[in-house]
Amino acid sequence: MNKLRRAFLKNAGVVGTVAIAIAAALLKPVTVFAATWNSRAFTSKNPADAINNSGYGGATESSDILIKAPDIAENGAVVPISATSNIRGTTSMAIFVEKNPTPMIADFKFSNGAEPYISTRIKMAKTSIVRVSVKAGGINYTNSREVKVTIGGCGG
Amino acid sequence: MAEAMKMRATMEGGIVDVKVLIQHDMETGLRKDTKTDKLIPAHFINQVIATLNGKIVLDAQWGIGIAKNPFIGFRIKDAKPGDKVGINAVDNLGTKFDGEVVVS
Repeated sequence: MNKLRRAFLKNAGVVGTVAIAIAAALLKPVTVFAATWNSRAFTSKNPADAINNSGYGGATESSDILIKAPDIAENGAVVPISATSNIRGTTSMAIFVEKNPTPMIADFKFSNGAEPYISTRIKMAKTSIVRVSVKAGGINYTNSREVKVTIGGCGG
Repeated sequence: MAEAMKMRATMEGGIVDVKVLIQHDMETGLRKDTKTDKLIPAHFINQVIATLNGKIVLDAQWGIGIAKNPFIGFRIKDAKPGDKVGINAVDNLGTKFDGEVVVS
């Protein structure tokens, strides 16, 4: 019985090593893919898919993400927005407009002394929740605010 | 394509404030040509990398929701006047847009 158990454990060890080798082999293409454009996230049509496909799913609501945007945007084609994360260790920030045809707007990764701050101008099809999500220490955080749009900026 | 990009990098209280403006139509692929009634193909900048003295400080991916003639502002600490801030952007058709500015 003991011998059998030992043999089993030995085999389990081998299987484990193989699994790690396969995982390592699988990891390689994933890291290469990370540098290419995340078309899956950017073409997702509903906000939940866009958020999950971009790796910002399961986020905790946090008021430490400050979003500056107009309450009412007269022209949805150009809506100024800036966001700052006061969460320590923030490494990236993404912007989503939930009612846009494709909600994912952008994903910014910070390194080598870049502050967790972004200012840009986005397109909004109509009045929508604008969501800013960040990654910090392997945890996702998010905050949002509504921007009312009087003239939409997507499509014809 | 240097004239397609305007950049400014100024020191503000120990932090460099960078502002970048790129001339680009940022076509979503969802807009119709009013004359032909056909969709105008998507044409937009989808990747932007910013560097400080050659080191990557910002690595961005964009979708179709960034406004026409994109503006981007960001901040870098541990920089000083004379440092170089570079931008390398590329659109979905492979056209590249590069720019560089000296921190003042």
